[in-house]
This record gives sequence, structure tokens and C-alpha cells, in this order.
Amino acid sequence: MLSLDKLQSTGKKATRDGFGAGLKAAGDKHDNVIMLTADLRGSMKSEDFINTYPDRFIQCGISEANMIGVAAGLATSGKIPMTTTFANFSTGRVYDQIRQSIAYSDKNVKICASHAGLTLGEDGATHQILEDIGMMRMLPGMTVINPCDYNQTKAAVQAIADYHGPVYLRFGRPSWPIFIPEDQEFVIGKALHLNEGADVSIFATGHLVWKAVEAARELEAEGISVDLINIHTIKPLDEAAVIASAKKTGAVVSCEEHNKYGGLGSAIAECLSKNAPTFQEYVATDDTFGESGKAEELLEKYGLGVKDIVAAAKRAIARK
Amino acid sequence: MADIKELERIASQVRRDIIRQVYLCQSGHPGGSLGNADLLTALYFEVMENDPSFNMEGKGEDIFLLSNGHISPVFYSVLAHRGYFPVKELATFRQINSRVQGHPTTHEGLPGIRISSGSLGQGPSVACGMALAKRMNGDDKTIFVLTGDGEQQEGQIWEAALFAPHNKLENLVLIIDDNGQQIDGPTEEVLRLGSFEDKYKAFGWDVMNMDGNNMAETVKVLKEAQAKRNGKPTCIVMKTEMGQGVDFMVGTHHWHGKAPSEEQTKIALAQLEETLGDF
Ligand SMILES: Cc1ncc(C[n+]2csc(CCOP(=O)(O)OP(=O)(O)O)c2C)c(N)n1
Ligand SMILES: [Mg+2]
Repeated sequence: MLSLDKLQSTGKKATRDGFGAGLKAAGDKHDNVIMLTADLRGSMKSEDFINTYPDRFIQCGISEANMIGVAAGLATSGKIPMTTTFANFSTGRVYDQIRQSIAYSDKNVKICASHAGLTLGEDGATHQILEDIGMMRMLPGMTVINPCDYNQTKAAVQAIADYHGPVYLRFGRPSWPIFIPEDQEFVIGKALHLNEGADVSIFATGHLVWKAVEAARELEAEGISVDLINIHTIKPLDEAAVIASAKKTGAVVSCEEHNKYGGLGSAIAECLSKNAPTFQEYVATDDTFGESGKAEELLEKYGLGVKDIVAAAKRAIARK
Repeated sequence: MADIKELERIASQVRRDIIRQVYLCQSGHPGGSLGNADLLTALYFEVMENDPSFNMEGKGEDIFLLSNGHISPVFYSVLAHRGYFPVKELATFRQINSRVQGHPTTHEGLPGIRISSGSLGQGPSVACGMALAKRMNGDDKTIFVLTGDGEQQEGQIWEAALFAPHNKLENLVLIIDDNGQQIDGPTEEVLRLGSFEDKYKAFGWDVMNMDGNNMAETVKVLKEAQAKRNGKPTCIVMKTEMGQGVDFMVGTHHWHGKAPSEEQTKIALAQLEETLGDF
């Protein structure tokens, strides 16, 4: 059982580095894992896989729609294709290609998307997709995973290679604290309980899990007991874990680097309104595009910082 | 007659601005920006009728759209020196709370920008729409749109390539920055593009060629394309060198999207004359 005192940062690496490491491990295990990219090979931190298995790397050029179709074709013939590009070009750019050729066609394609969210930084709003979890969650049969650090991303890549079915794997650009134990098992669809508490439930995904850990420490220091749960798999949602926690605390906060519409917060609200109606506060972007800036500055400006989570938790508790 | 020397002086300042913008925020795309400094200078300071007091519709004006939005530093510098917005604002490039965003956007209201770009491959379609609207409005001015050569790998590019000749968009000029480079390496290795000339001719375009790092030739070819009205859109295959003007950046994809260090910046700036004053 994890708890706040065990969740210490042991260093920093990007979740995309975790993708590269996980891809190599998945490639070692499955000789049918194929990596595709659309002129963003360097950004995916996958040189280890590419150098070891040059014949299983396919450079598609700046042609994301074609890449998705090629992946669907490879999957039809028994390969496990992993498409790689930035999250925006992995989803919005190719939504119908994913919908028809992958989701509706039941293809075992893994859509691996880096540079998601505001923390992409200086490139700005055209690249900072904040709607992708929503889009992908809407597709019947699609599994949606947003790991929170290097170790979890590395484990997630291996898990999705073992799993048969379409997956959207969302990760990011910045160097980020590593705090999930290296040997922590990753189970698709199973929430990870990070701290047992009684006063408020904080559900977090992706980069904001670390922010939520820091917020939980502050809250605990003030005598507020936090039930902290990492929802790495947004779909299928671990409904049992969400309902049990909400029933226990009666106050819920959702934290994600995503628009307040369509993402983790929506998934939790949909689940709770049906099963255990609970007041909920959203730490998410407020239906806006992002902008250029440094990752931390942007998280602060758009209300995704530690203090925002602390404040949201107090609001949620006050509404009980 | 165009004053080629003067245009070259402006382009030198634009190149300085590119280096300094990217250096200051340690982020952005110097390579393609440097290669296109001559083109954008020629368009805004010589070829296009354009009004820096800026209105979105651009009635009675020639219009430029940047489809390869990552080369925003060159676009911003040219717009600023042309008077669209204060030159000193270039210092805020890619920083928080700035109008000078990483990729050009209408969202923050920066004068001179008519469409957001950054996700590649969309500009030519938008340019088709603007060219159609000009014709509907009885406005005989020209729409110019620039794409990268790697950008030509996007499928949507070829949808626009079909659409423009079908609709006889003779007031449309598509310029391809044929620098042979993209992020992951030479276009030849990443995804071969073959002959743009053959492809666009086959699609029904007029095709012209020019050296986009030769100011006199650039001005001459752009003016010819601008004047032409023969029922066909024009594609200009423009040879440039990525990184043109800074010796250690020339001709390689390594400077596609990388900021120079302090030392590298010094060396680069020493090669580019300050002509209009640094921001
Ligand atoms: C749809 C889309 N896919 C990928 C990218 C990431 N990207 C930005 S620039 C670039 C390479 C562009 O190559 P080219 O058009 O030749 O421009 P150059 O490198 O010569 O400036 C890529 C892949 C993007 N911005 N948009
Ligand atoms: Mg190029």
C-alpha cells in the first residue's frame, strides 16, 4: 500500500522518456511491435528501440492520417503498431481515421501521443491539446491512459503491448518528478491508491498527479485527511474505486491537464451522478486554449498548480 | 524599380531579429526562418500592396498566409518592421502573456495575422477560400501562401492542389520552401517528395522556379506570378537554404527547431549587419 511518505521524487525525467524505455521493453518481448512516426522521431525518445529494431521502425513523414491508416493495415496483419507524434496530431488531426479504421474496425493499434497539454510550453496553443482525452474517450472500445511519471509510462507501454485492443496513450514533454515505485505493477483500468484518507477524495491523472501529491501533503499538514487516487486509465474507469472513495469522503476533486469538459473530471462526474452523487470541484483548464510560456508558469496561470488543488479540496469539503 | 540593396539590408535585420528572438526564449525555429527572410522581406516591402494599419478582410490588398507556422520569427520581424506592431514586442516572443505566440495566431489579436497556423498542411486550403472570396468581391488582388517542403507531405495539401485549378484560382500563388530539410532529416530520406514541378503541373497549376535567397530574382518572379491572370493558380518552387545567412546553420536540419547558445548567438550576429536597429 502506497502512502504520501513513500511518494518521494527520486529524480526527474520526461514521461516521453518513459515511453521510449517502455517501447524498447515491449519490443524485446513482442517481435511484432512496430513503431511508426510522422517526422517526430527525435521527440519520442525512442532511439533505443529504433537502433535495436531498425526494420520495425516506419518513418511516415508529415502525414498523420496516412500513418493511422498504415497502422490499421499493419494491425490487420497481426502486427502491434504504435503510432507516435504529438498529442494534437495524434487525435484531432486524424479523428475520423482513428474512428473508422481503428476503433470501428477493432484494430489493435496503440496511439502513443507525446507533448499533451499545456506543459508542452513555448510552442503554444496550436500544439497544446486540451481536448484529446474527451475525443478519445468518446470512441467506443477505445482505452484511454494518461500515465503520471517516467516509471508509470514505461510500465503502461508494456501493458498496452500485452493487451489486445485500441489504446490512446497520452504523455508529455517536460522533465517531471519520478515518484511511482519502479516495481509498481500497472494494471489497465485499475486505479492506483496513493494515500488513504477520510476528508476529501482527490482523483488525478497525468502530470497533475505529482501536483496532487504535493497538495495532499499541504492539506495533511493542515489536518485534512486526503484519499488520493491516481486514475491512470480514464477509460475504462475504475468505477468501484471512484464510488468507494466518494462514499467514504463525500467530497471530490478531479485534477487533469485537460479541459474541464470531456476529460477525467467528466468521467468521474458521470460515474458519481449515477452511483453516488457527490459535490465535485474541477482542477482543469476552464474551457480555453493555452498559450506560449514555460510549463510551470502555464500550470500556474491556468489554475493547475498545487495551490489550486489545495483550494479546490477546501471548497469541496466546505460543500459537504 | 525595386531597390534590391535596400531590401537586402532589411533582410539582414530580419535575420538578426530571428536569432535574437529564438535566443532570448531559448526556443523556436531559426533554420527555416532564416531561409525565408528574403522572401518575406520581398513580399511585404516590395511586392505586395499591404496596409500595416491592418484589417482582417484585407479588401483591395494582397494577402500573405504563413502555413508553416513554425517559422514565425521571420514573419513577426517582417510584420513589426513593416509597422504592423511595435518592433520591441519581438522581445516577448514565446513568453507568457505575449501576443507574439510560438506559432502565429489570431487569438491574441496580433495585427498582420489572418489565420492561426502551426499544425501543418492547412494554409493552402484557407488561401483557396480567400482567393475565392476575392473573386466574389470583385477584388483583383493576389493571395500568397507559403508552405514548407516537408509540409507538402500532408494529404490536405493535395486536396487544395486539386481544388485551386478546378476553381481557376488565378489569383492564388502557392510558394513551396524547397530547402530539402525537415525535422527528422533531409526530405529525401524522411519521405521523398519527388518533383514538385511535375506534380503541380499534372494537377493543372502553372509552375515557376526561383532562388529564394537571391533578392533580385525573388522580387522578379514574385511580381510575375502576381501579375499573371490566365485561369490557373501558380506554384512557385522556391529553392532556399535552411539557416541561410549564418554559416554554421546553413543546409542542415539540425537548426530546424533549436535555439543557439550565447556563444553561438554572438558568432551568428557577427555575420548579420544591424541595419534598422535591434529590438
Ligand atoms: C500536422 C503537423 N504535424 C507535425 C508537426 C511538427 N512539425 C513542425 S515543423 C515540422 C517539419 C516541417 O518541415 P518543413 O515543412 O520542410 O519545414 P522546415 O523544417 O524546412 O522549416 C514538423 C514535422 C506539425 N507542426 N504539424
Ligand atoms: Mg523544409
